[in-house]
Amino acid sequence: MRWLLVAATVIATVMGDLLQSHEMKRAGEQSVSARGLARLMQTIAQRRLLILGVACNAVSFFAFMALVQNEPLSFAVPASSASFVLETLLAKFVLHEQLGSRRAAGALAVLAGVVLVGG
Amino acid sequence: MTMKTTSILLLFLALKSAGNSSMAWGMKQVPEQMSMNPLLYLRAMLNPFVAMGVIALALALLTRMALLSLADLSFVLPVTAIGYIAAVVLGKVFLHEAVSGQRWLGTVLIFAGAALVGSTSQKTPVEDAK
Repeated sequence: MRWLLVAATVIATVMGDLLQSHEMKRAGEQSVSARGLARLMQTIAQRRLLILGVACNAVSFFAFMALVQNEPLSFAVPASSASFVLETLLAKFVLHEQLGSRRAAGALAVLAGVVLVGG
Repeated sequence: MTMKTTSILLLFLALKSAGNSSMAWGMKQVPEQMSMNPLLYLRAMLNPFVAMGVIALALALLTRMALLSLADLSFVLPVTAIGYIAAVVLGKVFLHEAVSGQRWLGTVLIFAGAALVGSTSQKTPVEDAK
């Protein structure tokens, strides 16, 4: 059951992040000032894929709530970092971001870490 | 890394860590077991610790979106992975969780992986982007 909730969290997070990154790049640079946040809200409302991305985040959020109800935080959070490995691969192959050998090695180290934390 | 990117990154890590801890503490006090029923999640948010966790994590999400507008996803992901290490430390110290040697080793590996990629450039140059 706990791995089912980890999988739900990871897949929803990955989908949400890909949609967000794709849309935010198109929206241009954002800031966290009061006016910046208002403009960010406006951007979210105008872009449908961004809304879908936020919906994915909501699903991952609920799955995470269910996960930490029964599992320790020191398992739940590192286990959900599996999304980072999957996202690094997708960032390269779907978003076409530059991905050097150091980044690939780092992603592998994180993957090994996740396996140990979950074991 | 610019001053602006650094401050937004630090703000994100603080909100994420505080939110995760508050959420984990509060959810363990909720008597009903979570299921596919969305109403259960909304009712769980009536717990003050869960509510504080939701607010902090929602602010973390907005902060992260601002961060993504400044830097590449493959840069944002590894550096924010430091938050995973913070969660294990907070779980051990504040939530009194038992953390095995194997889990610490895994935590160190995740941190090492994050540090390895932290010094690479933060945004794909426009002329190189395909």
